[in-house]
Amino acid sequence: MSHTDIERPESHESEVSAGEALLVEPSRLSPTRRALTTVLRSRELSIFLVLVAIIVLATVKNDSFLFSSDGWRNFLLNPSILLLLAVGQAVVIITRNVDLSVGSVMALTAYLTGRLFIEQPHLPIVVVIAACLLFGALLGLVNGVLVAYAGVPALVITLGTLYIYRGIMLTWAGSDRINAGDLPREFLRLGTRSVLGVPLLTILALVVLAVVGYYLWTARGGRELYAIGSDPDAAVLYGLPVRRRLLAAFVLSGALAGLAGALYTARYGTVSSSVGLGIELQAVAAAVIGGVAIFGGSGTVWGAAIGAFLLVTINRALPSLGIEDFWQRAVVGALILGAIVLDRVLAARQARKLAESRDHS
Amino acid sequence: MSVQDQPAAATSARTYADYSAPLWKRVLLTRETAVIALTIAVIVYATINVENFDGPLTMKFLLQDIAPILLIALPMTLIIITGEIDLSVASIMGLSSVLLGVFHDGGMSIPVAAVLALLAGLACGALNGFLIAYVGLPSLAVTIGTLALFRGIAVGLLGTTAITEFTDSWADLATDTIGESRIPLVMIPFVVLAVAFSVLLHFSTFGRGIYEIGLNDEAAHFTGVDVARTKFILFVLSGVVSAFAGIYFTLRYGSARGDNATGYELQVIAAVLLGGVSIFGGRGRMHGVLAGVVLIGVISSALRLESVTVNVTNIIVGLLLVASVILPSVLGWAGSRLPRKASADPQGPRPDKDAATAGV
Repeated sequence: MSHTDIERPESHESEVSAGEALLVEPSRLSPTRRALTTVLRSRELSIFLVLVAIIVLATVKNDSFLFSSDGWRNFLLNPSILLLLAVGQAVVIITRNVDLSVGSVMALTAYLTGRLFIEQPHLPIVVVIAACLLFGALLGLVNGVLVAYAGVPALVITLGTLYIYRGIMLTWAGSDRINAGDLPREFLRLGTRSVLGVPLLTILALVVLAVVGYYLWTARGGRELYAIGSDPDAAVLYGLPVRRRLLAAFVLSGALAGLAGALYTARYGTVSSSVGLGIELQAVAAAVIGGVAIFGGSGTVWGAAIGAFLLVTINRALPSLGIEDFWQRAVVGALILGAIVLDRVLAARQARKLAESRDHS
Repeated sequence: MSVQDQPAAATSARTYADYSAPLWKRVLLTRETAVIALTIAVIVYATINVENFDGPLTMKFLLQDIAPILLIALPMTLIIITGEIDLSVASIMGLSSVLLGVFHDGGMSIPVAAVLALLAGLACGALNGFLIAYVGLPSLAVTIGTLALFRGIAVGLLGTTAITEFTDSWADLATDTIGESRIPLVMIPFVVLAVAFSVLLHFSTFGRGIYEIGLNDEAAHFTGVDVARTKFILFVLSGVVSAFAGIYFTLRYGSARGDNATGYELQVIAAVLLGGVSIFGGRGRMHGVLAGVVLIGVISSALRLESVTVNVTNIIVGLLLVASVILPSVLGWAGSRLPRKASADPQGPRPDKDAATAGV
């Protein structure tokens, strides 16, 4: 999807007029070749190669990083929760907004899961997960209404709800915490069970990723999210249902954070007051590393998902590469900076190419 | 979240709003006055109703607690008015704290170690500033990156250990008060910096440039403001002041740890926004911001004395933040519903904008 990279705030004129010249070009190539070029040039591929390189390096140093059953499971299982958050975050960022409250939403629903099982031990697991999804969606709806209808910046609103939701969670939970003993065994097994060698949580996260990714890629609503992100005013003038779409994006982000909360409880079995503290910035970082531009209108959830995998995998790979894991955050920071600088370089090259093709036509 | 571009319509409407009322109205009916009035009301209420709020130690601890936030809020205000944001301040605090500890542990005296920590803060700010101002990357993304990077270096240097050996005379300096009064010593550098930053923002060409950049940085460029240099300087200032706050933090608690001051960036930004600075840039004043910081400090201090837990404080701060940004919209919307007002403002589909732009 590298062609979306040109939808940057800068130098509109040259790109718009050159767009016509470029639109004709791909049709000369065969569809397979076109698809191949798209994949080869995509921003996602570069980040995927970094991920592969890290995995290969870590595996060469230490076989069990990937090939022991434990290593394989951790490799797939650990990123699944961040992946859900990153997918929701990417959708919101594509509309040129941001959702900082996801960590607090996740904490609230993680506690809700435990509470429900304590109060109603015989509740079916599906009902509990559905309740978390709904509750998360409701919290996302609050953000969405404030952003879409009150017309205030998402950064401020979600910073506010970050505090509010976290405060509600802490007040509700008080000093008690949820322990594995409070939870039904089948629910905990959900967090560790594997199907054909792939953990169930990972399958769930990948299904969500596929659905959201496909929707953004092909559906009208998904394309409209990109349109809103690349130019909100133009989207209004064009007659797109901007408010409804923004609302939907925030509800989706909230619902996915809610799901992540339920899965967190299933995976780790304990819920303390520090669940999801600071994870909102990790979700934003995953999206940014994966090529979702912070000013909206470009990037894919696939990229965000690979970004989430990369963040979590680096964390685990550093010790096997002989670097103390205290340095993990420094590496992540350098990676984020590298990713945005790379984006800028690619965008500049793209703009130059477009300008050239315009001059020659 | 789009930190830069606000529709031009909002700016053209404000020209009229600025001169549509008599001077006293324009001075008094502002966001800043509202925040200051609310702060005074909370202080008065707390003094009357909360036991021990007027006690001798309350003021000392209150000021000591909010000192780092007050300090960092100064450069943060300027940065947000240009339409940028700096999320890495707390990580710079953590890094300078760790460096102070490591250098002191290595045998340097506190002043030398502090100067080196300040220089490190300057370097951090310069890195932010270079990437944002000269490379032209979005500040939100850059400072999320440096937030992780600086914090990572801080944690990497010390691991999970903490350095707690500091020369007593210097540690005392961070907790002492001025003479017999209850005002902590740290307020002296703060007042100096506050005056300096206020003059810089409100009474200098540089400051006018900051507002212009926030309203429209392209137009600012054409009127001769050096946009890149201004932003670069602001991020460097932010780095140095954050490092200073980190040094104070370390000496006050007598411990240098990698995770010192985690999460302070959101507290600072919350206080600045509460004080009436627009996240889109171009609007906000220093006295409003300082009142915003004090307001949050007083509320949490009073609630703590009432033995209400910190959670409720979080909720209140969050609600205040949300209310502070949606109130202008809601009032504007309610105003436009009144038939009389609606006809007076024929072209205003977004009356919230001019209601929200009082006073630059």
